[in-house]
Amino acid sequence: MRPASEEELSGMVRAARGPLVVRGGGTRSVGRPVAGEMLETGDLSGIRLYEPGALTLVAGAGTALAEVEAALAAEGQRLPFEPMDMRALLGIEGVPTVGGMVSANASGPRRVQAGACRDSLIGVRFVDGTGTIVKNGGRVMKNVTGYDLVKLMAGAWGTLGVLSECSFKLLPVPEAQASLRSAAMAPQEAVAMMSRALGTPYEVNGAARDAEGRVALRIEGFDAQVRYRLAALEEALGGDWERVEGAASAELWQGIRDVTAFAGHAGDVWRISVRPSDAPEIVARADCPVVMDWGGGLLWACCDPGRDLRADLGAFRGHATLIRGSEATRAALPAFQPEPAPVAALSAGLRAKFDPRGVLNPGLMG
Amino acid sequence: MDMPAANPATLAKRDRVLARLAEVLPEQALIRDEAERRAYECDALTAYTCLPMAVVLPGTTAEVAAVLRICHEERVPIVPRGAGTSLAGGSLATEDAIILGVARMRDVLEVDHADRIIRVQTGITNLAVTGEVESDGFFYAPDPSSQLACAIAGNIAMNSGGAHCLKYGVTTNNLLGVTLVQMDGTVIELGGAHMDAAGYDLLGLVCGSEGQLGVVTEATLRILPKPEGARPVLMGFDSSEVAGACVSDIIKAGVLPVAIEFMDRPCIRACEDFAKAGYPDCEALLIVEVEGSQDEIDEQLGLITQIARRHNPVELRESQSEEESKRIWLGRKSAFGAMGSINDYMCLDGTIPVSSLPFVLRRIGEMSQEFGLDVANVFHAGDGNMHPLILFDANKPGDLELCEAFGAEILKLCVEAGGCLTGEHGVGIEKRDLMSVQFAPEDLEAQMRIKDVFDPHWLLNPAKVFPLEASATRRAA
Repeated sequence: MRPASEEELSGMVRAARGPLVVRGGGTRSVGRPVAGEMLETGDLSGIRLYEPGALTLVAGAGTALAEVEAALAAEGQRLPFEPMDMRALLGIEGVPTVGGMVSANASGPRRVQAGACRDSLIGVRFVDGTGTIVKNGGRVMKNVTGYDLVKLMAGAWGTLGVLSECSFKLLPVPEAQASLRSAAMAPQEAVAMMSRALGTPYEVNGAARDAEGRVALRIEGFDAQVRYRLAALEEALGGDWERVEGAASAELWQGIRDVTAFAGHAGDVWRISVRPSDAPEIVARADCPVVMDWGGGLLWACCDPGRDLRADLGAFRGHATLIRGSEATRAALPAFQPEPAPVAALSAGLRAKFDPRGVLNPGLMG
Repeated sequence: MDMPAANPATLAKRDRVLARLAEVLPEQALIRDEAERRAYECDALTAYTCLPMAVVLPGTTAEVAAVLRICHEERVPIVPRGAGTSLAGGSLATEDAIILGVARMRDVLEVDHADRIIRVQTGITNLAVTGEVESDGFFYAPDPSSQLACAIAGNIAMNSGGAHCLKYGVTTNNLLGVTLVQMDGTVIELGGAHMDAAGYDLLGLVCGSEGQLGVVTEATLRILPKPEGARPVLMGFDSSEVAGACVSDIIKAGVLPVAIEFMDRPCIRACEDFAKAGYPDCEALLIVEVEGSQDEIDEQLGLITQIARRHNPVELRESQSEEESKRIWLGRKSAFGAMGSINDYMCLDGTIPVSSLPFVLRRIGEMSQEFGLDVANVFHAGDGNMHPLILFDANKPGDLELCEAFGAEILKLCVEAGGCLTGEHGVGIEKRDLMSVQFAPEDLEAQMRIKDVFDPHWLLNPAKVFPLEASATRRAA
């Protein structure tokens, strides 16, 4: 099924007799595999409103992300949160959509400064599991009118409603960017270095440790500003740093964002969200290749296929999600971190209210 | 503004409920005495008062849980309260409700510069959070103008903003985790010191839910390194349209000021009379502030003033000193005090798309004539969050009602222009009955379903946010 309008989408959900596999571009296949009829949102597309002077954009959920990014680039603006493109990592072809990005709350390296996808998402329209059309938020960046269902829909993986339209707050693309890169460092040393960098006033908006152990720090801004800040940062941190400028810097961060280090390599990939200072301990427990982003707050681990990495990590302050694994592994292990009973009850309660018949990606999140 | 009538059955239980609460709370944490309860009869929306059945001031999360468990069993409504600075009546009680204040819970539990977080009990004031980390070069970004008095608990309940949101976001963008006590006394942790939620974003849902989903007793907040410096520029224009166009051009040029504040002529005059900040007498005034090192500031302000010159400003004053920066901000910061010194006023906070600014200001001017009440406008122009101040005389019979009717029309105008009823104050009781202007019944139903999940008996702050008729059956159940 491929609805061409929100009304059609509403009718299709209402008429559904069994599970629906809700899909944007199909480029973020995460979670327990769902068997059911395909519901594709690709025709709910088009940029509905773009006001560069107000830093806001509204687009149909099925709009290709590339289309949005091209429109923004033409005005020197961008989505602040640097959404990850999962295609290379997952080995999938397809066209990433706005709705898929929101449903995954896809957020890249700039999350440390500019926030996650959910922080830039200012409005949604969606169809819940009963076929009802709901709107929440709007097209203004400061809005506390009623409950914030916008946040709830970001990262809900299409299990509470099928997104039909999303609104975003935007930011200007800075004039320049450049990065510092170190020689390989041990996790402990790397996290300490990244924390120090993120604690300076130079607005470091990328802090990562690549698969080879090299720490990279990014600064963006006006040309002179970037030069000044890079020098000031280098002096504050001490040690030897390689400067990576312009296009090479952009390429470096795209690699971190998309975790290209693990693309095309065998193994399951887990995404671990952790308190940065706990990261070295988690890396030790994982005992496998790891890429660190968000100053150590986000770990990408590539481990032997089928391994229950979450079990091996034991209790820690954060959560682990299985991002890449065979269908068998994804069916056997919960992709999302199991929740404590009272929180699980709230999640189940929300699902029961928004999708009482259990037709929207049932079981995907556990 | 109506409030639901007290439930006689609940009032009849008062002695028993208070006796049970006395068993789980220290003596000083349970306020029964009428004179002492008076202090809690209203918040900053002072036009409305109501004496609560009792007030409890627990000192720990465990005490909050014990109180809620009892009130859940006894089916007594709870009105959570931070510092009582809500402009929307968010912590107004009903006679059959117990106010649960977090004012005694103000401890700083943890500060971690490496992870850039602070964990606090939520009774702590907004400014005290920054005070705790300032000497180490950090700050907490959301800065509502009541920050000296308002509590983090209320900031989370209302998703408070401030003048610097354009760059740093509002409370929800700076909140990493909470300890939430549910109405039945269950204590849960949402988020933590890590940067994103596991599963559904319940943290995002709780923030801004106006105390209707649970009581937040502890919070983990993101702290940021202080910028090297900041400096404002002041610009005067002979029309609001031109000032609005200038804001839009600044944003389009790729500069991201930390604040863009706007004042119209009535507001400029009142502030000038009150604070003598040296503002020019013009139709519209902008204060634009940027951050960074001295050189960075020079470069950004250079670009901004270049843009401003294209709009023929009647005044363009780049601050040359710390002293001058203070003077530029002085007028803006005393805007509310200045208004209060000449009149009673009602402060609205609808948000509009920045592009609709000239239209909305013109319409407000016309409506001001129709209603016969003066309006002064001061607002955060970068994010479209307006603050029209409607002036009225509280001692003149009918003036408050006229002012409220005018306010409602302004908020409807904000919604028509593509905006919303409230950008940072919250709905409370003040905008409750206007929710149907912005939302269809299905939209409100979706929100009320959230409350059904968290608080099935609708005991937490029940008469707020949703139009009374929309929530009637749920509250009665």
